[in-house]
Amino acid sequence: MSDMNSNIPEGELASKWTKYKSSVPLVNPSNKRTIEVIIVGSGLAGASAAATLAEMGYKVKCFCFQDSPRRAHSIAAQGGINAAKNYQNDGDSIYRLFYDTIKGGDYRAREANVHRLAEVSANIIDQCVAQGVPLAREYGGLLDNRSFGGTQVQRTFYAAGQTGQQLLLGAYSALERQIGMGKVEMYTRHEMLEVVKIDGKARGIIARNLITGEIERHFGHAVVLGTGGYGNVFYLSTNAMGSNVTAAWKAHKQGAYFANPCYTQIHPTCIPVSGDHQSKLTLMSESLRNDGRIWVPKKKDDTRKPSEIPEDERDYYLERRYPAFGNLVPRDVASRAAKERCDAGYGVGASKLAVYLDFKANTERYGRIEAAKAGNHNPDKETCMRLGTAVIKEKYGNLFDMYAQITGENPYETPMRIYPAVHYTMGGLWVDYNLMTSVPGLYCTGEANFSDHGANRLGASALMQGLADGYFVLPYTIGAYLSKEISIKAIPTDHPAFVEAEERAVGILNTLINIKGTKSVDHFHKRLGHIMWEKCGMARNEKGLKEAIEEIRALRAEFWSDVRVPGTADELNTELEKAGRVADFIELGELMCIDALNRNESCGGHFREEYQTEEGEALRDDENYAYVAAWEFKEGVNFELHKEELKFENIKVAQRSYK
Amino acid sequence: MSGFGNAFSSSIGKKFIMGITGLFLILFLIVHCGINALIFINDGGLTFNVGAHFMATNWIIRAGEIVLFIGLLVHIFQALRLTLQNQKARPVKYAVNDGKANSKWYSRSMGLLGTLLLIFLVVHLKDFWVVSRFTGIPTVDANGHEDLYAVMKEKFQDPVRLAVYILAMFSLCYHLLHGFASAFQTMGWNHSKYNGMIKSVGVWYSIIISILFAAMPIAVYFGLIQ
Amino acid sequence: MSTGNMNLTLKVWRQKNNKTKGALVDYKLTDISPDMSFLEMFDVLNEQLINKGEEPVVFDHDCREGICGMCSMFINGRPHGPKDLVTTCQLHMRSFKDGDTIVVEPWRAAAFPVVKDLTVDRSAFDRIIAAGGFISVNTGNAQDANNLPIPKMQADAAFEAAACIGCGACVATCKNASAMLFVSAKISQLALLPQGQPERYRRVQSMVAQMDAEGFGNCTNTGACEAECPKGISLENIARMNRDFASAKFISEETV
Repeated sequence: MSDMNSNIPEGELASKWTKYKSSVPLVNPSNKRTIEVIIVGSGLAGASAAATLAEMGYKVKCFCFQDSPRRAHSIAAQGGINAAKNYQNDGDSIYRLFYDTIKGGDYRAREANVHRLAEVSANIIDQCVAQGVPLAREYGGLLDNRSFGGTQVQRTFYAAGQTGQQLLLGAYSALERQIGMGKVEMYTRHEMLEVVKIDGKARGIIARNLITGEIERHFGHAVVLGTGGYGNVFYLSTNAMGSNVTAAWKAHKQGAYFANPCYTQIHPTCIPVSGDHQSKLTLMSESLRNDGRIWVPKKKDDTRKPSEIPEDERDYYLERRYPAFGNLVPRDVASRAAKERCDAGYGVGASKLAVYLDFKANTERYGRIEAAKAGNHNPDKETCMRLGTAVIKEKYGNLFDMYAQITGENPYETPMRIYPAVHYTMGGLWVDYNLMTSVPGLYCTGEANFSDHGANRLGASALMQGLADGYFVLPYTIGAYLSKEISIKAIPTDHPAFVEAEERAVGILNTLINIKGTKSVDHFHKRLGHIMWEKCGMARNEKGLKEAIEEIRALRAEFWSDVRVPGTADELNTELEKAGRVADFIELGELMCIDALNRNESCGGHFREEYQTEEGEALRDDENYAYVAAWEFKEGVNFELHKEELKFENIKVAQRSYK
Repeated sequence: MSGFGNAFSSSIGKKFIMGITGLFLILFLIVHCGINALIFINDGGLTFNVGAHFMATNWIIRAGEIVLFIGLLVHIFQALRLTLQNQKARPVKYAVNDGKANSKWYSRSMGLLGTLLLIFLVVHLKDFWVVSRFTGIPTVDANGHEDLYAVMKEKFQDPVRLAVYILAMFSLCYHLLHGFASAFQTMGWNHSKYNGMIKSVGVWYSIIISILFAAMPIAVYFGLIQ
Repeated sequence: MSTGNMNLTLKVWRQKNNKTKGALVDYKLTDISPDMSFLEMFDVLNEQLINKGEEPVVFDHDCREGICGMCSMFINGRPHGPKDLVTTCQLHMRSFKDGDTIVVEPWRAAAFPVVKDLTVDRSAFDRIIAAGGFISVNTGNAQDANNLPIPKMQADAAFEAAACIGCGACVATCKNASAMLFVSAKISQLALLPQGQPERYRRVQSMVAQMDAEGFGNCTNTGACEAECPKGISLENIARMNRDFASAKFISEETV
């Protein structure tokens, strides 16, 4: 059934990568100096790739839309990064990380890629520590670990609740070092608007200088997109305001297939929406589920304060339904369970769209341990709570502060209210084993590609994947392509392909400016988000998806006739930037619904109400849907499906169970 | 000094100079204040004049005086340079700037306090230093020492001068309140176990020194000493 | 603290680009919910301006959860507004009262020129990091992470310094527009870790030189930066940097 070649090397799973690495063609140092690589995006995947390629000797140009590469949204990742180090001696191994990731992804990821990810995971930690990333340590001076959802080992490395920040600043410093040495040319406040293709190969990009509005042409022997996820298609998500799909979408329109767009991760622990004014949602790290217990009242529409609800009237529904993993079930499972309870009328808070995340039991437990350490073996409850609160504060202080700041409530005293929110998109540009898209010379790394997480990503795996791609995978695999390009001289940017691509980009900008309609960009974005959340969100069904597709098409038509973009294209114009992004989101939203409608099964982050077990768990159809859905863009916003069959040779495919 | 590169022309280097000269002046104030305090022995200035005589005649002190003036001038000159540079670092000012929300007014007003002190210094040097070094002290005391004490008693009969001195000591106190701890911070002499001590010594030093200095003209004016 | 919806007067700095002069412009806003963040209040203002056919206020923002360091407003005389330890995006309207007048200006420093309205150019920070804010280790050269035990206290102190988000509030609030807190935080992070030792004295010299070249002012130790830092970066970092700078210039034999 497969019509895609993923270029997975032959051989045993465990030795594929090692063998491939030692046989992949190389580019000699003097040739590297003349080979130019464009990297779009400066998050974990982009910055690490840019720094590493420059260290290897390539000429690198790196682009980001923010004012500094340090601001990429990887910075907001809180909880941690997985690595199969087995420092805790709890039986972890490369295979176990591989297994957990495949299983967590509901058997919809490529075995060879995931195994490679697990193999290089340990190197990432070594690399980051060498860069001076201050990961959390124990008193003995060795690295500390915590556990995350979907695993039974402690393999997550962290830096308080700011792991993404610390890892990104590590990659950023490596990147800045290369910039300082003149080996990377950095273009901040630049947005990629087109991929330039010459003779079928990616040979550069068209970028807009966001300050002056100037359109620039940049040549590269290869182009790498590390441009992140597209969760903002839902308007409200935990993504940054600027996170967008535009670079990936333009590549898609130039022939790069978009894979599994419907796989959306809804994170179970976010701060609930407080009103219509809301512009984004804030995550409370999954690490909180280590010490927080999730519950709702046993009684429907219970309006009592949480403190007034006695223990035996609380329903710790995750612990009840999934005794083996309890509060640490994977994200998709936890999210759906929360939605199920709220839909059934057990939700809490003013909106009734929230559940409690309660730290009291573990605060008391920590307090008891602390008291015992201090020699008090029979502490009273107050002492326990006081000492325990200090421990909780050290572990999660910044998250608690953030919660208090946003909600105005004190989470040390009253349980947090949480509800699921869009957080991560497993789908993205289709890439082969080399991370190359279906356009030769166009690569995609990190969240922007579809590769390693299948239908659901486990916590602390995004940072791992972004850095694996950038530090340890792409720098090798790109050699396979570039070694054949050494004879190509830099192509002048007055080549007709550049001219044509620039005309396309400018045409869109001018169209947007000249519509001069009546409604703001945000107006359309909110409406799109509403359709997506209601009909292509946590639970989907055929009827809703069909409606959504029609509604989105109508919205697209309305957008292109009635959007209002003030100002001009030759100045800093944030509305114009947003308009271009929302235009792409609208097209992507339609594709997501088409993909969700096509996939007549439930798996991971894609839950079709028609396909569930009696207990309401996701029901896969391995016979018919064990494939990657890779969509090709066709003229006039149409899409053609290509399938890459997923073969599981080293892992037994089973119904996922966290009981 | 090529080996030191831009050690003193860099921003931190300039601050080192402020810190070192500041600490040097702080040390000098202890000596100055110590000698002054001799008047409170209340022996008609005999002991005080012994001290003043020693200060005026000992060659090490005289040499030190030159260093002191150099230190003072460097402190002033460097402060002017830094201030000019700092002005340039923010060419457009804020319409609203709520400085009191995040810092002490005297920390933000070291230039003003320093200028007030400089004006005072001119008056003060003319009052005493010029007299004792150049124009000469007219009388001698019972021990045959030049009677600086008498000069002082005469000068401090003037209420305007009294007011100027007291005001100046307020300026000094606030200048030191910031300057003492600031010098340590600039020099990098910072340690979690000693920071508290440095801070409190700084506060006590500033208050005691300023009160002692101010006590002199007050005591003389109100006839609290002979 | 306010609970009901509020009416506000905003005085917002409007400046077309770095070649033109700017001015404060008054805007009236009604029915603002206290649960809104400060930036969401600006979203409301911008929506109104767009509907009226005017150009919206340009301001930097991205993550809106207090970590990217992009948001940067000087609100009623303070960077990131009246609350301690939060960024503008985490500031909520419940910190204001009905009827308040709020003055919003861009960061002001020669080294941070205004780009448009409330947006400034902070690339000077990147150039300072590029001058030495790193450990020179190429990918693939690392030893096992646990081969180098680091005392927890030291690791924690390095982390606290590394928590800097590079927003520039320290520069914005400093009476001299000095960047010492930002620079010292990075220098401290690396100086506290064993991995940072080989380049320790080189680093402090080159980063300070770049800081000076960017046109930031000098440190007067008023402590305003520490008080306004949304991440609570400590003044101790500045002392540590000064100490290292002295060692680098007067003891180390390495000149940069």
